Amino acid sequence: MSPQPPGDLTPESAAPTDIAPLGRGPLKPEHEKTAGEDGTPVNWDEIAADADFKQLLAAKVTFIVPATVFFVIYYFALPFLVGYHPELMMKKVWGEMNWAYLFALSQFFMAWIVAAFYVVVAAGWDRKAAALLAKYKH
Amino acid sequence: MMISFLAQVAPAAPKQSNTALFMFLAFVAATLVITYFSAKKSSGSSAYFAAGRRITGWQNGLAVAGDYMSAASFLGIAGMIAFNGYDGFMYSVGFLVAYLTVLLIVAEPLRNAGKYTMADVLAYRLKPRPVRAAASLSTLTVSIFYMIAQMVGAGTLVRQLLPGVSYEAAVIGVGVLMVVYVVFGGMLATTWVQIIKAVLLMSASFFLSILVMAKFDFSITNFMEAVSHVTFTGKDGASVTQNFLTPGLLFKNPLDQISLGLALVFGTAGLPHILIRFYTVPDAKTARASVVWAMILIGLFYIMTTFFGFGAATLLGPDYLKVNGGTNMAAPELARFLGGEWFFAFISAVAFATILAVVAGLTISASTSFAHDFFTNVIHHGKEHRPGEEVRVARITAFVVGALAIVIAIVLGPTVNVAFLVGLAFAVAASANLPVILFSIFWKRFNTSGAVWGLSVGLASSIGLILISPDFMKNPLFPLKNPAILSIPLGFIGAWLGTLLSHEPESAEKFTELTVRANTGLGAEKATAH
Repeated sequence: MSPQPPGDLTPESAAPTDIAPLGRGPLKPEHEKTAGEDGTPVNWDEIAADADFKQLLAAKVTFIVPATVFFVIYYFALPFLVGYHPELMMKKVWGEMNWAYLFALSQFFMAWIVAAFYVVVAAGWDRKAAALLAKYKH
Repeated sequence: MMISFLAQVAPAAPKQSNTALFMFLAFVAATLVITYFSAKKSSGSSAYFAAGRRITGWQNGLAVAGDYMSAASFLGIAGMIAFNGYDGFMYSVGFLVAYLTVLLIVAEPLRNAGKYTMADVLAYRLKPRPVRAAASLSTLTVSIFYMIAQMVGAGTLVRQLLPGVSYEAAVIGVGVLMVVYVVFGGMLATTWVQIIKAVLLMSASFFLSILVMAKFDFSITNFMEAVSHVTFTGKDGASVTQNFLTPGLLFKNPLDQISLGLALVFGTAGLPHILIRFYTVPDAKTARASVVWAMILIGLFYIMTTFFGFGAATLLGPDYLKVNGGTNMAAPELARFLGGEWFFAFISAVAFATILAVVAGLTISASTSFAHDFFTNVIHHGKEHRPGEEVRVARITAFVVGALAIVIAIVLGPTVNVAFLVGLAFAVAASANLPVILFSIFWKRFNTSGAVWGLSVGLASSIGLILISPDFMKNPLFPLKNPAILSIPLGFIGAWLGTLLSHEPESAEKFTELTVRANTGLGAEKATAH
């Protein structure tokens, strides 16, 4: 395999197997380098051991795990209730509108709200990740 | 198969629609122009497979939505709601909620750590050849099943609209067009075909919904009142009035619904043609934005399915639809009723565009996986012997895959029930692909043997269970229509057991690097220079 130019971090998915080296061309001039390209090849273990990185991971887990558990339970409550307690779901709420339809419709808003929360929270992670990478940019 | 085809008599002799023909041709012409311009830019692997990673968030959002809202959604769900009421809407709900799995768990790590295909992420820390071979097999399986369903749908639709055109000719026409998009235009042309289609589909659904509600003076109360009293002829010939808001008209067994829900919610995050879309954007942040755009569009679209699905049930009624094109023509027939011949032609052309776009998306995912994973990485050990070889192989594969899908769609014929093919695709994606994607991102101990086991067990169990399900057997050994409830756990167990059976310290070693890359985007593939 041809040696990578120093500072090129293009992932080698599974080492020497990956080809089509686009983005792995001649080195860019100094002033065009982005954070990822600048500096020496990365010591992954060093970043992984960094307290800020650990904090970033923890922050992600504390959001993603509860959010996933929540939406899975909320979603499967629908087929469960509709399937096993149809009498409950067929109760009319307003005119002919019943709980079954309203609960199904609420799933759409649930999905949008969870997604909106995620976007807001993830923007914070982006900042943390950028700050972390800036530390290792030499 | 010719005989069975000729013996088939259409329910009612449909009229030739010149307006519809004109609109088909206009869409095809517009997309061919795009393909021509994309072809000039599609040189090199990154440009061909990932549109140079220069697609913006909203563009990719539209394209993801375009890839996802297939003919099964537009024609199939509208028909399902028109005939079975509430239970048809359950599909709509699952299709949207599925995107939370994509958004929260899969999209960003995938974008940060991969290159062109789902297998890139799997192969990252595992032995690439066995893993890529297995992943490529499951990608091809999912894509081809999904594709055949779309092509059969296209053949049926065109035959309804243009009786002069035979089913075979329609299938060949769709097949040839999609091969042209993919072979010449690559990912860039495919993306733009998706974007145009998504815009057309959203506006068509919006107008259709508005026209339905206009019939009810824009009153939800009046609309729901009508939906709760749908009259049709029952099996015994007597007239039945049924509340279409009642659950359970389609799914008699609650486990059927739960199993379908599992396939939808966990299958989407394993659909290769959706996953590869995240490589077309510059970074993980844009990948996230594109999922959000897609969720807005897909959500609005599936909420609208209740307007035109219930609209078809109340304004036309199942009896009328049964003799006028059947389940799949509920949306176009409703358009004819509400907006006349012109609107009918427009809706039909949109449905046709939908099919073409989805088929093109599937073709490119199948050919990318074959060229990148199997040809280059498995057969040639990751070395490109001549420059441009990978793209050339992908083009040839697109041609072969297209020809294969044409032949299978023609052999199966227009009468095949396509719903089970799509269900199979989702079930395979959920049972084979998702467990190994999750484990390779989150489980340090995970290794090559686990990935190969997980992919094979998931693939075999989902297909095996479908073969012994009520869709295939008179006395089914497995009682549910969708295998997901059993095959997803089996996929996970396969991946877990396979991992425990072998030791691979290299895989655990590279886990640190993968975690850092996946979570920070350090060293991720960048957009190519213009």
